[in-house]
Amino acid sequence: MNPHCPAHPSKRLLSVTVNGQEREVAVAPHRTLLELLRIDLGLTGTKHGCGQGDCGACVVLLDGLPVHACLVLALETQGRQVETIEGVADGPALHPLQQAFIDAGSVQCGYCTPGMILVGKALLASTPSPSADEVRAALAGNLCRCTGYHKIVEGVLLAADRMGDGNHDGEEGSR
Amino acid sequence: MSGKPLSVIGGRAPRIDAWEKVTGRATYADDLTRPDMLVGAILHSPLAHARVVHVDTSRAERLPGVRAVLTARNSPSCYFGVSPARYDETLFCGDKVRYVGDEVAMVAAIDRDVAREALELIRVEYEELEPVLDGRTAADPAKPQVHELYPGNVSGRVEQEFGDVVGARAKAYLVRTDRLSNKMQNAAFLEPQCALAEVDGQGRVTLHTSTQSPHYVARTVAMVLGLDEHQIRVVLPRVGGGFGPKAAASTMEIATCLLAQRTGRPVKTVFTREQVFLHSRARHQFFHEMTVGVDRDGRLLFLDHEALLDGGAYASFGIATVYYAGSLLGGPYRLPAMRYRGTRVVTNKPACGAQRGHGGVIARALFEMQLDRIASELGVDPIELRLRNVMGAGESTCNDLNMSSLGMRECLEAVRDRSGWATRGEHKNPGKGIGVACGFFVSGAGYPIYRSRTPHCTVVIKVDEGGGGVVVQSGAAEIGQGCETMMAHVAAETLGIPLELVRVRAGDSDLAMDLGAYSSRTTLMTGHATKQAAEGVRDQILASVAEAMGVPEEDLTIEAGLVKVRGEPGPFEPLRAEYQKEHRGWKTPDAPFLTFLEASRLAFLDKGAIVATGQYRPPPLGGKFKGATVGTSPAYGCSAQIAEVQVDLETGQVRVLHVTAAHDCGKAINRTQVEAQMHGCISMGLGEALMEEVVFHPDGTIANPNLSDYRIPTALDVPDIDAIVIESDEPNGPFGAKEVGEGGIMPVIPAILNAIYNATGVVIDELPASPERILRSLRKGE
Repeated sequence: MNPHCPAHPSKRLLSVTVNGQEREVAVAPHRTLLELLRIDLGLTGTKHGCGQGDCGACVVLLDGLPVHACLVLALETQGRQVETIEGVADGPALHPLQQAFIDAGSVQCGYCTPGMILVGKALLASTPSPSADEVRAALAGNLCRCTGYHKIVEGVLLAADRMGDGNHDGEEGSR
Repeated sequence: MSGKPLSVIGGRAPRIDAWEKVTGRATYADDLTRPDMLVGAILHSPLAHARVVHVDTSRAERLPGVRAVLTARNSPSCYFGVSPARYDETLFCGDKVRYVGDEVAMVAAIDRDVAREALELIRVEYEELEPVLDGRTAADPAKPQVHELYPGNVSGRVEQEFGDVVGARAKAYLVRTDRLSNKMQNAAFLEPQCALAEVDGQGRVTLHTSTQSPHYVARTVAMVLGLDEHQIRVVLPRVGGGFGPKAAASTMEIATCLLAQRTGRPVKTVFTREQVFLHSRARHQFFHEMTVGVDRDGRLLFLDHEALLDGGAYASFGIATVYYAGSLLGGPYRLPAMRYRGTRVVTNKPACGAQRGHGGVIARALFEMQLDRIASELGVDPIELRLRNVMGAGESTCNDLNMSSLGMRECLEAVRDRSGWATRGEHKNPGKGIGVACGFFVSGAGYPIYRSRTPHCTVVIKVDEGGGGVVVQSGAAEIGQGCETMMAHVAAETLGIPLELVRVRAGDSDLAMDLGAYSSRTTLMTGHATKQAAEGVRDQILASVAEAMGVPEEDLTIEAGLVKVRGEPGPFEPLRAEYQKEHRGWKTPDAPFLTFLEASRLAFLDKGAIVATGQYRPPPLGGKFKGATVGTSPAYGCSAQIAEVQVDLETGQVRVLHVTAAHDCGKAINRTQVEAQMHGCISMGLGEALMEEVVFHPDGTIANPNLSDYRIPTALDVPDIDAIVIESDEPNGPFGAKEVGEGGIMPVIPAILNAIYNATGVVIDELPASPERILRSLRKGE
């Protein structure tokens, strides 16, 4: 059980690692991870699309696995690792998935893009050389209304290809 | 067009907004925040049709943390809407509510929890009225009247006749009548609508909103709030998709401004997903009946078409929709006679408006299905039947739409040759089928929504004072379709400079005027204005260079950022020396030509700010008959598609296995983006064909106002797509370009339905073609 916050009796203290940085925040028990990220931490790259776990726009990685941030309570992340779209690039160097999304034309309105990239990252961590069908299955929980998914699938496959070669993006390929 | 080889246009450069979108830095309306910002929240009607007897806001007003409460009593009562001839909405319901979701009140509070509590404290006394929920019977005299402006519940009626339909019918070899209806759709863009309003010390309102048309929103806010247009600035953050419904100004946007005025504090309102469904303004429910006649060879003789549109509670774009539903059947086939009778009724459901392809989509679906049935009755190949009828460039339809370019034949031949069409009869598996369809669409509406001879857009290009870069300033709306990238391409190509030297600032009513992202208009119209502005700054820069070098201006060109004198460097050394003197200690250009950086700096030193403007206004278009403006456009895109499907004969489930698509976009400004628009069209059309349907309970509430019960295609539903770009070099388009964003949806539904027919013999007359409907039809056929 998280300790009460002395200054705000209705809130509890949460300690969570977000994009590699340890953060301590006083949050209300009903605060979702999505609200924690967007409102308390100012990480607005994670999008609110439905609030019901249907669209995937709010997907982040919790201990490396994709979760809908709108369905996770902030306090559930105590002591855990959260990765958002803001943590995917290594400083100014884009992650191969980000570069591939740019190169393959995987982006239109961009609202689904953060979730798509994080799901893609989790997929490539477990399945470094997925087939197109495996990519489609992995992305099935993330809705996109603009692209018809075609170029998003291409983007993930392109990134897998480049990461497999391990050269196009320097050290990025080994991540 | 000019014969000059293109260096930027036609390539596959990445979108200029891709980096910010893959890093999470792109800022959408709900990502904005302001110190002291309040939260707005709307109270919606829980009833479909009721008289508002009394609204008591006193308890909400007393709740600590509430800063303002709006109702019809203390808000402007000015009617607004989309078409001035059909202004029928007010900010809040005064006398009655007309659908579940109609706006009754709004609050501004210090946070969302307080705002929600305040809404719960508002007491509304209703007197329930019988709701009108079925469009097919809405116009019965016995039905209650939904809106005081629409006697008989009819909000639009069209009667048009071109050519001699009766005479053509008498001569026809084959005549058939068919019907098709769909269900109300939701556009299901990923970003729910959101607006943030703030007021400055002069009382000027700035509205950041997720819209497709900053211009129409600015005009509507100004009109309703009694401001002059210059007192309202509408700014577009990044927008997470629009597809039509975000093209109309809403109560949410206008009342958020009003709350900012009343409280003196910034106010932000964001829709929940349920509110996206309540507000709707997406595709209408259409009921079409068409009678088509052909001669012995399958040449079209006439079309007699009747349509009923269920429009929901308000007009929105509906008057245009009911016209489009008829006019967009004039092509792409030679059709000598056409009669159209269209009626749009109002019902106690969310208002319907525009959605990708606007009024033409379901009408096109039925017409293309009829062509297949006619082909089958005549024993003619469906593609051959279409090829016998397609129009060519330069021809006009019977309703006066001029096809200044039209690669319809090329599209059909391309999909025929690239798909499995030729071998479709061989090794036929049970349940497997293939279908074809065509369509065409406007490249921008020929006339604005309000009557005016206004330019449809303006663009201002300013060259950096230090030289080197240019800023394209526009009011156009980047909603994901890529128009900022298009503008950058057009400016770079026109100026002869690399894409990286162009920055685009768009979607701000302070920068320039643009009608917005609808009717597939931006590439042609804003592209023209961008080109004109770019030519203006280029000419000013080259005039300075010509004078300084002492060479004729017409000898100068800019290629890949280098200024050339008939292809040679020319006497540029003194200019470089001056530039170097100005930039002691800098790394200066060492190219063997004068660079754009140096040339544009020179022009600034000569003349001060280098700025040029462009604008676009279509020439007068169309015939003289009533409604002749709807459907007119300076150019038309067209497309053909072949869908291959597998129907599970046990379950009725349809799987689209592959789509071969060809679209004539005139000239691809960026090939990747043209394909991307085609893919998006196919995905949306597939959803409409097979799964999408807003379902209503008998009391008029929506049964599926969420993205798990309103199903849109996922990555597992959309098949492999072979997207073929056809370029017909449109004479009225910038660099020969015309639309792709909406036209690509036209053939999707009928290609899939024709494939289902080919697979099973099942004739679909009600969309979506869900497993239940397919099974029912299969059993009926047995």
